[in-house]
Amino acid sequence: MNDRRSGGRARAHLTLHVNGEPIDVAFDAYKTLLEVLREDLGLPGTKHGCELGECGACAVLVDGEPVLSCLVLGVECEGRPIMTVEGLTTDGRLDPLQDAFADLGGAQCGYCTPGILMTARALLDRVPHPTREQIREALSGNLCRCTGYQQMFEAVEAAIGRVSAGDAAPGRPEAKS
Amino acid sequence: MTIGPSRVIGVPRRRVDGRAKVTGQTRFADDLTLPRMLHCRLLRSTVPHARIRRLDVSRAQAHPGVHLVLTGADLPIPYGILPVSQDEHPLCVDKVRFVGDPVAAVVARDELTAIEAVDLIDVEYEPLRTIADPLDSLAHPEPRIHEYGDAGNIHKQVSLEFGDVEQALAGADRVFEDVFFYQGNTHLPIEQHASVAAKDPDGKLVIWSSTQTPHYLHRALAKALQLPAAHIRVVATPNGGGFGGKSDPFNHEVVVAKAALMLDRPVKICLTREEVFYCHRGRHPVLMKFRTGVKRDGTLTGMHLQTLLDGGAYGSYGVASTFYTGALQTVTYHVPAYRFEGCRTFTNKPPCGPKRGHGTPQSRFGQEVQLDKIAEALQIDPAEFRLRIVERPDTLTANYLRIGTIGLAECVHRVTAASGWAEKYRRLPRGRGIGLACSSYLSGAGLPIYWNDLPHSGVQLKLDRSGGVTAFCGATEIGQGSDDVLVGCVAEVLGIEPFDVRAVTGDTDLTPVDLGSYSSRVTLMMGNAAIQAAERARDLLAQAVGRKLDVPASRLVFADRRVFDAEQPGRGVTFQEAVCLAEAMSGTVGTTGSYTPPKSAAKFKGGGVGPSPTYSYTAAVVEVEVDPTTGWVVVPRVWIAHDIGRALNPTLVRGQVEGSVYMGLGEALMEEQAFRRLPARLSGALVHKFPSILEYKSPTSLDMPEVFTELIEHPDPAGPFGAKEVGQGPLLPIMPAVANAVYDAVGVRIDEVPITPDKILKALEAARDGKPGRYGPSSFPDIAWPEPLRVPPPWEGGDGRAVNETRRPKPTATGAGREPAVRS
Repeated sequence: MNDRRSGGRARAHLTLHVNGEPIDVAFDAYKTLLEVLREDLGLPGTKHGCELGECGACAVLVDGEPVLSCLVLGVECEGRPIMTVEGLTTDGRLDPLQDAFADLGGAQCGYCTPGILMTARALLDRVPHPTREQIREALSGNLCRCTGYQQMFEAVEAAIGRVSAGDAAPGRPEAKS
Repeated sequence: MTIGPSRVIGVPRRRVDGRAKVTGQTRFADDLTLPRMLHCRLLRSTVPHARIRRLDVSRAQAHPGVHLVLTGADLPIPYGILPVSQDEHPLCVDKVRFVGDPVAAVVARDELTAIEAVDLIDVEYEPLRTIADPLDSLAHPEPRIHEYGDAGNIHKQVSLEFGDVEQALAGADRVFEDVFFYQGNTHLPIEQHASVAAKDPDGKLVIWSSTQTPHYLHRALAKALQLPAAHIRVVATPNGGGFGGKSDPFNHEVVVAKAALMLDRPVKICLTREEVFYCHRGRHPVLMKFRTGVKRDGTLTGMHLQTLLDGGAYGSYGVASTFYTGALQTVTYHVPAYRFEGCRTFTNKPPCGPKRGHGTPQSRFGQEVQLDKIAEALQIDPAEFRLRIVERPDTLTANYLRIGTIGLAECVHRVTAASGWAEKYRRLPRGRGIGLACSSYLSGAGLPIYWNDLPHSGVQLKLDRSGGVTAFCGATEIGQGSDDVLVGCVAEVLGIEPFDVRAVTGDTDLTPVDLGSYSSRVTLMMGNAAIQAAERARDLLAQAVGRKLDVPASRLVFADRRVFDAEQPGRGVTFQEAVCLAEAMSGTVGTTGSYTPPKSAAKFKGGGVGPSPTYSYTAAVVEVEVDPTTGWVVVPRVWIAHDIGRALNPTLVRGQVEGSVYMGLGEALMEEQAFRRLPARLSGALVHKFPSILEYKSPTSLDMPEVFTELIEHPDPAGPFGAKEVGQGPLLPIMPAVANAVYDAVGVRIDEVPITPDKILKALEAARDGKPGRYGPSSFPDIAWPEPLRVPPPWEGGDGRAVNETRRPKPTATGAGREPAVRS
């Protein structure tokens, strides 16, 4: 990491590993990972609802663990694998969680959804067959004002055991049409 | 011509925008970035009520990276959502009215620079007495927060009487009098409000904003900026939750629009979470008093309702909110005589406005808790009591609301059966309880917020030789699924798949006007407009296909992306061929549809609030566990039945019901927009108690009970494919059902929300001391009410007019009217 001066502010120049790709990026060193993702890397899929670590909307995976990207500095993430909602889709196929959330009403306004999906992904990676209680516990730091959570729980349960996307979706496939 | 059996409508399916939401590709306002974009921050008042004695922005202007500093002097024209309350300025002109009121704006190269410059603005305030709550407003007409309103710090007083209520109460076997308080709370959408404004290459203004009401924002911008509306484009980006909190035109929207025009560069603002609490427009705190007369068998003889609203610092939707606190009492149960008095006061707090249920949850709470008390006093089961008094279908209420279908009785039957009501009510062990409540809500306000005779929703369809269909409508996607309703209705009529239809919505340049996502109006109004447009397209196609196949158009079926002869299904053409035939026959294919609600039966002043094409009904049973030693309440289960008419996409309907239960539980148990005084050594100012998500408590996934949802489907003739609303109604019974359940569990009445452990403990303590086991307000203040407008109910030969109203000439303007009309 290099420090440079630009407009009187310290700049960072480093390599971040986001969604499997190494990316060279320069940014104001005070920026949170959230800001770097959204403003410097063109990845606005990660959302923010408070920027104070209260709502969970900005959750991404760092080293495979969910972290609140508004509470982590970009400079702390050098060399660590970072995964955002944009990285959930592989080869144009949705992650089973994404399919289930879309089919079963797990996303209404869609604003808390990226954070919820990342948190749920980390849960399924750690606990492949979670109980309803484990799902509730895992999502308890992600606030949603739309759904009442129930359809989210059902969506996570529907995705259990479906390792790769492209398996039969629980509802109608999106492009049956 | 026929359509096949329903293939889209009524089938649970992925919403059309589902993929965008789960891939993070839905573009919210703050996700937009434009070349050369600048960033805006607002300086907000630190004092609740003061004159601005001096405002010096010179140091901010000189700060490196700052492009513009705006103050009230740059934007002198007021605006507001209602024609009768044009009381907001984009930036305060001479006075601030609450902590958080915007005073100046800085536009800079980036957000941090703007924040730095905001700190360099010097303001000197001359403090004025703070008006802290409605009792304060009534006691202190001076200093006035606004120079308009009914008197002093009273914004609006209404008084209506339908039949002789005193006589009706005198004829009752018993009269019950109860006072309730409903604390204010806020929407807390997870998306913070954001806007990006720019001068487009033609030199016209364009603004992308997280607004539920692009049409009303369009009008407000035209007024505040003095630009022709035709030269302004408002694009409502999908809202990351609205719940009513993004229904007003906001200061920051006008400010970035002005800055973009002045600088000829795009300007973005994204509010902080703290600022979202200051935007508010949430649930009004309401003190209310019910006097209800009943016969021994439970029949209601009459009701007298008084409400006192804490309006906060500006008008917002407040006049409408005031009427709404008394509008729907008659829609659930038959009330032969009804008197309503409402009073909204100004206070030095963030302005209140419409939150999910707009003005009706407060008095619904009071009414349903009072019914629970009456049922107990009369020794009638609360469910049986409600079944006896439920309003009749196809009727006019005492206050001239036209009721269509009513599924309320069935809702009550379903939730009592599912919950095991008969075995549980008054039979659970101490500490466990069960409570019931009912409600009703509009499927769209029958009148727009400004006088006009224009349609409330318009849909245009474009079909072309590709076989693709594009549906244009001004409706706004706020997460509720309005794009899915639009596409679903069109696909159903044309016999194609939802994926074949593209929705273009919420863009005043591209889409016909829809009044916005409020009052649960979109499914019904936009849906009917979409069906009309689609049927017109279907007729055009059928004519062309009929000619080609030599089959009468009336025999053609639209299904499975084909148009075919009902008698010989093998004879037909693809949908794409059908469009080509129509294009060849009569030129470019485009159709329109629109929807205007039926005329209201209410002809009295104020009768504009309450009418709706049809009403939804809900009943809920809530089970609670109350720990008598701590007062802690846990809700393990909720059963809810909702009269939806017809569920267009049952997955989304269920989501709206469960989301309403969730939000209702938050209001019932924990959410409150509360205020406190800073210590005197600081300023003594009245400030928001906790403008943060951490301390403004809302339910998490761990707090959410199991919800058992039942949809009652009896198609209503007024709705698209028979559908009624679902976004707001199911919230309403939750709060009173919780209160009634708490009483069943521990025998104390909590006559206010939120129902927090401290209140339960105080009520239990009072009961132990031999006092009434109750927590809640003890009295309703004496208010000098105006002489009521007397409107004889329909059964007394009334015609919907007040007998003592001086008639004003009816405004004739269409569309552009800015008359101070009381309609909303």
